[in-house]
Amino acid sequence: MGTGTYLDLLLSGLVVTVKVSVLAWIIALVSGSVIGVLRTLPSRTASWIGFCWVEFFRNMPLLVQLFLWFFVLPELLPRSAGLWLKQLPNAPFWTAAIGVGLFMSARVAVQLQAGITSLPRGQKQASTALGLTTVQTYRYVLLPMAFRIILPPLTSEFLNTIKNSAVAITIGLIELTGEARSMQEFSFQVFEAFTAATVLYLLLNFVVVTAMRFLERYVAIPGYITGK
Amino acid sequence: MIEINHVNKWYGPTFQVLKDCTTSVAKGEVVVVCGPSGSGKSTLIKCVNALEPIQGGDIVLDGVKVNDPKTDLPKLRSRVGMVFQHFELFPHLRIIDNLRLAQEKVLGRKSEDATAKGMKLLDRVGLKDHAKKFPAELSGGQQQRVAIARALAMDPIAMLFDEPTSALDPEMISEVLDVMVDLAREGMTMMVVTHEMGFANKVADRVIFMDRGEIVEDAKKADFFGTPRSDRAQKFLSKILQH
Repeated sequence: MGTGTYLDLLLSGLVVTVKVSVLAWIIALVSGSVIGVLRTLPSRTASWIGFCWVEFFRNMPLLVQLFLWFFVLPELLPRSAGLWLKQLPNAPFWTAAIGVGLFMSARVAVQLQAGITSLPRGQKQASTALGLTTVQTYRYVLLPMAFRIILPPLTSEFLNTIKNSAVAITIGLIELTGEARSMQEFSFQVFEAFTAATVLYLLLNFVVVTAMRFLERYVAIPGYITGK
Repeated sequence: MIEINHVNKWYGPTFQVLKDCTTSVAKGEVVVVCGPSGSGKSTLIKCVNALEPIQGGDIVLDGVKVNDPKTDLPKLRSRVGMVFQHFELFPHLRIIDNLRLAQEKVLGRKSEDATAKGMKLLDRVGLKDHAKKFPAELSGGQQQRVAIARALAMDPIAMLFDEPTSALDPEMISEVLDVMVDLAREGMTMMVVTHEMGFANKVADRVIFMDRGEIVEDAKKADFFGTPRSDRAQKFLSKILQH
């Protein structure tokens, strides 16, 4: 070969997977949190926006969404804008991160909504009665508890984000699965290639699970039911 | 201090929870609101600081109209303390931080001032040693005393109590009532929804009896317990004073 071992290939794929997953997860967490909050506000407009967002992103296969952003969107835009988009360096990477991120944001939003509505109604009333504004009530009272409650399912969503990033090979992103495939094509060693990729995925997800468990312990509240 | 004039409130298009309720609470007065469940007493008290909107009538608090869209509600609410049936301490904050939060975020007090004020009030309700604990580590009675201290930390001009002892074990009721009695004796303006007729007898100036969304009786304590005018109040009293 002369240009590095197959392990180097796989590891560079792993780095791409990690980068795309982390970026997608940040997008999912930030936009999902905003949408999740919107869905719990009394305002009709707010919950309507939240409803549309969630239904749009969760009711279409991820594969179709990535094709939409990568192949269809540039054609729908004015010619110059479309051309600019197509010629962006690293386009598959950014499309994958944003596409997977938005897809996952719908799931984060629904879970955060469930977390917020699972809190006693009196919590919001108590902080309102103290004179806190709606923003302050969410920031200091509702969200700290809601996020603690949904931490275990959020871990699953983070893992899903990592696994879903493999779909990005369909738009030409050579991440871990992509590298395993090219390794298989070079060497005809199907089992070895995908066993190695599997082990790397398992390791990566094990790291995430462990880190999240530490986080859960770190934010646990003494005496509170989920604190054990 | 609190004026409630011809207040009407509906849940949905048909169910009327409050029917033409009119009463008032003067400065330094302690008014107990009682009545069977579903009579609207909790709803009425939640209307006073606009936790519940009203559809008709007026509520005026210290000269400020509560149901005026131009009223700065957070500011108004920060001047009235409220204590809930289920305490509603913030579970992720230590006791002292529960007392500090609104002082700092709403009143803009400095951290050390808010802490000092909080510790003073915790001492007053006998819980100074628990300042660093979390709410779930305290008993119900202790949590409710913290909730009272949290409301007092805002230097309220009046206090609203929504069934403060209904969720407590019997042996913890008195520790909460003791704090409330002290408050009343210091001249705090109080509106208290409760079934504790002993408390009413001890410190109330007036008793309001509600039934099916109406204020059926609004009388001086002695008149209410001595000779309630309405049948419904008589029946209610005879039932809850039986034992």
